[in-house]
Amino acid sequence: MAAIYVWWIGADAPDHALLDGVRAAVSRSYELPARLWHGEERPADTWDPRRGQHSSTQILHWLAGHRPAGARKVLAVTDVDLFIPVLTFVYGEAQLGGHAAVVSTARLWAGPDGRRLVRTRLVTESVHELGHTFGLVHCRTPRCAMARSINLATVDEKRPTFCAECRLHYLERLAREGDDHEQGADADPDRR
Amino acid sequence: MNRERTRILIVDDEEIVRESLSGWLEKDGYTVSSAQDGPSAIARVNAERWSILLVDMKMPGMDGLQVLEQAKKIQPDAAVVIMTAYATVDTAVAAMKLGAYDYLVKPFDPEEMSLMITKIVGQQALVRENVLLRKVLKRDYRFRDLVSKNPKMRAVFELARTAARSSSTILVLGESGTGKEVLARAIHVESPRSQGPFLAVSCAALTESLLESELFGHERGAFTGAVARQRGKFEAAHRGTIFLDEIGDITPKLQLALLRVLEERRFTRVGGVEPVEVDVRVIAATNRDLGKAVEQGHFREDLYYRLNVIPIQLPPLRDRREDIPLLVDHLLEQLCVETGRKVESVSHDAMALLMEHPWPGNVRELRNVLERAVVVASGSSIQAPDLGLLEAARGEAAAGDMTTLEQVERRHIAHVLAKSGGNITQAARVLDIDRVTLYNKIKKYHLREVESA
Repeated sequence: MAAIYVWWIGADAPDHALLDGVRAAVSRSYELPARLWHGEERPADTWDPRRGQHSSTQILHWLAGHRPAGARKVLAVTDVDLFIPVLTFVYGEAQLGGHAAVVSTARLWAGPDGRRLVRTRLVTESVHELGHTFGLVHCRTPRCAMARSINLATVDEKRPTFCAECRLHYLERLAREGDDHEQGADADPDRR
Repeated sequence: MNRERTRILIVDDEEIVRESLSGWLEKDGYTVSSAQDGPSAIARVNAERWSILLVDMKMPGMDGLQVLEQAKKIQPDAAVVIMTAYATVDTAVAAMKLGAYDYLVKPFDPEEMSLMITKIVGQQALVRENVLLRKVLKRDYRFRDLVSKNPKMRAVFELARTAARSSSTILVLGESGTGKEVLARAIHVESPRSQGPFLAVSCAALTESLLESELFGHERGAFTGAVARQRGKFEAAHRGTIFLDEIGDITPKLQLALLRVLEERRFTRVGGVEPVEVDVRVIAATNRDLGKAVEQGHFREDLYYRLNVIPIQLPPLRDRREDIPLLVDHLLEQLCVETGRKVESVSHDAMALLMEHPWPGNVRELRNVLERAVVVASGSSIQAPDLGLLEAARGEAAAGDMTTLEQVERRHIAHVLAKSGGNITQAARVLDIDRVTLYNKIKKYHLREVESA
């Protein structure tokens, strides 16, 4: 079965425990295998010197062209601050119904002793952005992973799981996507 | 709030802005599209309905203010938000003067953006709801909502329209369900009193003492349970209209009390002594023959003449069958607004049934039958079984000895016409009569609408 790939594309060295926590959580939430991808390549031309941030939309473009073979979805995790042109920042971005998503820890900072909270937030936002790649839109249930993330309060209210309605939509979508991915599954799982 | 119904158009010359903002809003469940310049945006506004336009201020050729100005002319209800990276007071003022919903300086906080869109969508939903409620509230109550091709009904409307301008008492006569209250409301709405209240009282629904208290009010302690002073309908209808339905059913005591109000324009509350003066227009209605009731001594002659200043007789629906298709269209439109369903037409067979039904309950019965049909119809067209009249018709046919020959003939012709899809030649062949005879019978039984429906 084709897996979800979690790929660290940050500026600093990867926090393996953090990434493995994300991998395990998305695997649980999506009931799909998930694995860490250790690609050394990093997105180019995403830095906007005027804003001092990276364009999340450009990162998605780059990811779409660098999706590891056999990956059902690729979730890039970074520590750089992300933006889209009209907004001051975004926690992450994803292709609606596509294959690529990106989340950042830059705005999830929870103070010197907040490592655990950062991990919880990152897991929730990872499940959220991946949900968009499965065609899910924002949900009005505040505790659902697909609820909007417009500030940290809304992020903290959520859980890394779906409400009943979103879960149903996800399962329907998964059933529709199923065949497409079976063919390419594990074609080259160890590509670096 | 219906996110799917909210259509957002992004107008920006930068592709990355269009792409990222579209993606962001689509994830909120909105339908989003984009245009890369002013002229193509205006073309989209001309072609489709938009709820919100997010327009960049600085674009080559046609700028955001020009797009705003033209878009508001084409779709005044669309909320246009101007986005700019270079805010100036002058452009902000100009944008607001041209009707912009907001003027935002890029980049904005995700929370600010999200709240603004939610607010616009909420406001637009309220406006839509308001329009819908006004439509529902106003249903039936204007003369333009009273439809008829029948000469008798047209004369009724003409008389009612003239009478509306005066303050004279009106007596509306007609069978149950012919629309007496609807006409009374229309008269009120079209009268100089339209800003005042319209109150309807069903005189047959209450006992004598309750009706007396309902009409004239009571003082505290007037009777057991009268714990406080209560205004009656006459007082509450001051400067408006009171509609007294089933006036033929009131007792002699109340007939006298009502006569006094009509003569003196004042009354006393039950248990009171102080007279209360009121300026109320009275529209009374009955399905009884009041003249006969006077002859039999059941109704005061002086009150009859006081009420009978402008008598208006509403004909039963069976005497104006040619109005049925018109009424069906009109009622369907109302029912679709009220029920939120989209039923646009009535099939040939269903219309044939509606045309042949005797309608003892008149327009009210027709409305009820259509309401049921709108609810049960599976498509956009009402089919004969949806009406629930087939079973009733079968029941009537079983009680054949109670039906006149003409009724049987009418029903049979309508049935054959419906079966032959309105084809006269084919129907005449089935009925074994010539086409001229069939035409004459169609005319006699007002079946023409079946043919053209």
